[in-house]
Amino acid sequence: MLAIFGISSYALFGQLLIGLINGSFYALLSLGLAVIFGMLNVINFTHGAQYMMGAFAAYLMLQYLGFDYWVALVTVPFLIAAIGILIERLFLQHIRNLDHVYGLILTFGLALIIEGLFRNEFGSSGKPYQVPAVLQGGSNLGFMFLPNYRAWVIGFSLVVCFATWFAIERTRLGSYLRAATENPTLVRAFGINVPRMVTLTYGFGVGLAALAGVMAAPIYNVSPQMGSDLIIVVFAVVVIGGMGSILGAILTGFALGVIEGLTKVFFPEASSTVIFVIMAIVLLIRPAGLFGRIA
Amino acid sequence: MRLAGSLAFALTVLLGTAAQAQNTIPVKIGVLSDMSSLYADIGGPGSVVAANMAVHDFNPAAHHMKVEIVSADHQNKPDIGAGIARHWFDTDHVDAIAGVPTSSVALAVSDVTREKNKVLLISGAAASDLTGPKCSPNTVHWTYDTWMLAHGTGSALVKTGGNTWFFITADYAFGHALQRDTAAVVVADGGKVLGSVNAPLNTQDFSSYLLQAQASHAKIIGLANAGGDTINSIKQGAEFGITAGGQHFAGLLIFITDVQALGLKTAQGLVLTSAWYWDMNDANRAWTKRWQAQRSGKFPTMVQAGVYASILHYLKAVAAVGSAADGKAVVDKMKAMPTDDPLFGKGQVRIDGRVTHPAYLFEVKSPAESKYPGDDFKLRATIPANEAFRPLKDGNCPLVSAAK
Repeated sequence: MLAIFGISSYALFGQLLIGLINGSFYALLSLGLAVIFGMLNVINFTHGAQYMMGAFAAYLMLQYLGFDYWVALVTVPFLIAAIGILIERLFLQHIRNLDHVYGLILTFGLALIIEGLFRNEFGSSGKPYQVPAVLQGGSNLGFMFLPNYRAWVIGFSLVVCFATWFAIERTRLGSYLRAATENPTLVRAFGINVPRMVTLTYGFGVGLAALAGVMAAPIYNVSPQMGSDLIIVVFAVVVIGGMGSILGAILTGFALGVIEGLTKVFFPEASSTVIFVIMAIVLLIRPAGLFGRIA
Repeated sequence: MRLAGSLAFALTVLLGTAAQAQNTIPVKIGVLSDMSSLYADIGGPGSVVAANMAVHDFNPAAHHMKVEIVSADHQNKPDIGAGIARHWFDTDHVDAIAGVPTSSVALAVSDVTREKNKVLLISGAAASDLTGPKCSPNTVHWTYDTWMLAHGTGSALVKTGGNTWFFITADYAFGHALQRDTAAVVVADGGKVLGSVNAPLNTQDFSSYLLQAQASHAKIIGLANAGGDTINSIKQGAEFGITAGGQHFAGLLIFITDVQALGLKTAQGLVLTSAWYWDMNDANRAWTKRWQAQRSGKFPTMVQAGVYASILHYLKAVAAVGSAADGKAVVDKMKAMPTDDPLFGKGQVRIDGRVTHPAYLFEVKSPAESKYPGDDFKLRATIPANEAFRPLKDGNCPLVSAAK
């Protein structure tokens, strides 16, 4: 058996795969953030809370309405997106022309309020949520035991990421969106309702966060602070990828998942900081991020 | 004349109240806890409720005392905890701090408390060093510590065949102490430790660590962590077929809130050590009912029960001393008086600050065995008070050697 740095290649393959799975959560979340930042110029600090709301909505639907995981997977993103749209209409649209920092503080404050409300209602320990029956169990790949649910997570998030990238970079609607970011006045002159497009884009980004939340519910502890634990890492991912870059967010998400996974084997104590070290290095060398354009 | 008479009367009344105010002993207790993060259900607002219940049951007016409870969030950060403690002691006239469910914070606050000669009543922080090398004449450690948890669970599992261990350890004072104390028990009982990995506090995904644990082929995977970290480890362990593959988890610090977050389906069969369980006797059930009046739908943890018991004993000691000003004198009194409260029964505060009382080995019930909400544990063994905690001579506490 081949050994690398004292760790068998079998174990290494397992860790690489685990890294990719975690990377798919980073990719889904940073994708939503990148879309929102790209179109609205808002640094959406509520993203973690919206991810948490997605997981809780899945739990509540199962607990009180008896709807299973699959129903939640389809409906919850729309539900939370609707709440997101409300937030955009009520708050965000009024600060569109102000400095970034206003949007940052507003969304950060909203996140604290939402998390506080959930903690007050549900406590901080979290709520149970089972892996759906169809995806229970797993298969032995020889080098590791791969739970079926994790295989589903990685496959499904790849599809979602690709679909989003395609919609924004390769379709007519996407071209309107990109044009509206560059020059909203001109796009309005062509008769396109830019404010509505912006609102829907925010809803879409929030929906992605909620989708990641539903997907996380069976494997991560469904607790009010689950989002804030993750969001800082996801922000680092977006910064490394380049603010607003769709492809950058996806690729960096997966890549950093893998790097973090490997750190957990070689030097586990650093696994919570390695991403920030990379962020610092990338910012020194390429201030706009790996895939960002220098403005 | 009438005016002079009423003036004289008013003066008497005034002087009377002033005299009475002088006789009333003011006591201010700060509940310092994690109010907003992963340990908030273990201690947090529920500890504040418990503290107020202790004050109510003590009945300060009957002892010519006036007791006030304040609270703050230490965010599990030692610097923030120590900062709050300093501020409380220096400007807010706080006499004692209770709770502090995070070991690293408790160690920092213990130093501040000693420096200011106040009192620290710990319930929730687990590092056994708090009554070992880091013991202080101003600190009393209630409920549990890593030694108690390690010996209860570790010993029970090694004796039933779990003789090879791999640890997943929270990477801070508490996790290291828990791993050290458990590994010592495992080795002493003839078992072997095959490996360990340090995971940062508040890790979301444990699958990487679980794979390492799986590859070690240890029979027992010891979780030297707490709260959300333990929940995520066990939840993801079930997913990765850890238990199906013949390995078992040993949750070294598991609370009833963790069991409820996991659900009995996932948590059933876990063996754990606890100092207190709400459904164990009538006194505990009655207390829980009162507690739930303010925390509906939730169940109190041993940490919150410990906050109640520690404040009750502290107030008795203050009443006996007649003042809360000299922290060391109050703690000395707490050590001199035997403890006796409805939740932990009779016990004592040792010279190193450790409170001794029985501990219990529980097993988590299966969904079929659980008859009502909160019916989560069944008793497997009772560990008597003199065996539940580290013998005084083994702690390396300077107070003990000085007393000889």
